[in-house]
Amino acid sequence: MYVAIAPFFILFLCFGLYPTASSLVLSFQKWNGLGSAEWVGVDNYVRLFSDATFWLSVRNTFIIFALSTIPMMIIALAVAAMLNNAVRYSTTLRIAYFVPNITSVVAMAILFGAIFGETFGLANALLNGLGLPDFRWFSTPFGLQLTVSILITYQWTGYNAIIFLAGMQSISSEVYEAATMDGAGPVRSFFSITIPLLRPTIIFVLIVSIITGLQSFTEAQVLTSSASTTNPNSGGAGQGALTMVLYFYQQAFSYNKLGYGAAIAWGIFLIILVFVIISWRYSVKREDPTR
Amino acid sequence: MSATVTSEPSTASSSALPERPAPPGRRRRRQVGLYLMLTSGALVSVFPLYWLAVIASNTTSDIYRSPPKLLPGGHLVENIGKVFDRVDFFAPLANTVVVAVSVTFLVLFFDSLAAFAFAKFDFPGRNALFTLVLVMFMLPMQLAIIPQFITMVNLGWVGHLHALIIPAAANAFGIFWLRQYISSAVPDELMDASVIDGAGFMRQYVTVCLPLIRPGLGFLGLFTFISTWNDYMWPLTVLTDPDRVTLQVALAQLKSAFGQDYGMIMAGALLAVVPLLVVFLIGARQFIGDIAKGAIR
Repeated sequence: MYVAIAPFFILFLCFGLYPTASSLVLSFQKWNGLGSAEWVGVDNYVRLFSDATFWLSVRNTFIIFALSTIPMMIIALAVAAMLNNAVRYSTTLRIAYFVPNITSVVAMAILFGAIFGETFGLANALLNGLGLPDFRWFSTPFGLQLTVSILITYQWTGYNAIIFLAGMQSISSEVYEAATMDGAGPVRSFFSITIPLLRPTIIFVLIVSIITGLQSFTEAQVLTSSASTTNPNSGGAGQGALTMVLYFYQQAFSYNKLGYGAAIAWGIFLIILVFVIISWRYSVKREDPTR
Repeated sequence: MSATVTSEPSTASSSALPERPAPPGRRRRRQVGLYLMLTSGALVSVFPLYWLAVIASNTTSDIYRSPPKLLPGGHLVENIGKVFDRVDFFAPLANTVVVAVSVTFLVLFFDSLAAFAFAKFDFPGRNALFTLVLVMFMLPMQLAIIPQFITMVNLGWVGHLHALIIPAAANAFGIFWLRQYISSAVPDELMDASVIDGAGFMRQYVTVCLPLIRPGLGFLGLFTFISTWNDYMWPLTVLTDPDRVTLQVALAQLKSAFGQDYGMIMAGALLAVVPLLVVFLIGARQFIGDIAKGAIR
């Protein structure tokens, strides 16, 4: 028995527990990777707390998180509700909605770079066609945040719709029949039955979105990497796409500030943990007010 | 939960008879509207892939034209040729296949072994150890990545493919998911019968467990293959030799170095996306059904 679980735990010790513990130690040190590390106590954390760029990256991350998660949840719920009523071609449709999630983030970030290109991109051509002026998707911080958010929304909406759909299919059809008997139309059924009964699934999707969304890295890194030739991890115009994890990566691996990088990683971990706990308690409390 | 529904005030007046189903004409129109919306959504979903093919098969000057060309052109082979002129794309492709295939097989073997033990056997420390698996599942990658990189330096693995394969050879998600699967897919009666037949742990694993969990392994295998194929942060960190990288890193390098030659870069992106798309479409039907199982309980 222990032999069966041993491989995982040996790997876990070497590449999970040990590095995690050692990054905690490292976060109290100053080290550039060469020579010996210097113990600096809580200096890295004090510095992190007053590091304006870190807080900028926190702000960027939360803007991108809000701009992507809110539309994503709404569209995913709508798509799932429609798929739940579709009898024919439902498998083909579900596969089509899922495809964005399996295509590589790097390839899609490069493609979105072309679509949202400011001078020759399809997005601005479309805006011009509607009589609207060009939008600066790359040269302003907000434009960048919007572009990253659209990419994240594109890749995760279908995935979440499939999860919601499974949750909807586990709701008994008798409940809907009873509501129809009482004269409820499809819209009323959706808000009075589907949404309340889907609550556990919605909470699950929200928590997963928080954990993955607050750690977004690849989208921003690839989208901005050519704009800044000196440092590929700068976060683009006005550091608008500098997410928390991208800032971590820049400090640790572009500037070799390994101790400070470790402190940033723990800072990110704490922010995510606090945010998850708040959302969890809020949504569970809301779930049953009598409890 | 059903209490929420029964306590819902009835909107119909008590004297009214249950509403009859909507007349066929209206229902039909509703279905047409539904499929119209669903199809447009699905088209939005797959449009970027189409657009990728459009750019990859046109010359860069065609792409810069206004209004842009909306149909695939005849320059795909030429653009792919340019990709191979710039970088040796076969090596990253081969590296990615080697890493994704090895990780998938190792994960399937080690995870199913551990999941089988957790699901069907009682041994001292089982619950504590499984809690540890769950904790591992939730730890973010960036907490471990710096010391893990230092470990790779000390082991001399930096720049080598086993730096990607060995740390990924077993994972918490797979154990967690397969434990659920094995609990319901492998009946206790069969386990008892095999004990009476004198089967030991490994024989039970091979003759009882494995044949029954093949669909579950199919899902986990595809899931692992896809995420390993698309992985970016760790390969970017540890494969420091620009000549020995994975497809995703090669693609990002191509973009940074030749940012303006869109036709060529998109041809490269297409090469990185299409093999995975084919693998996905083969197993898609079952995959889509299983992906939600971890979420709905």
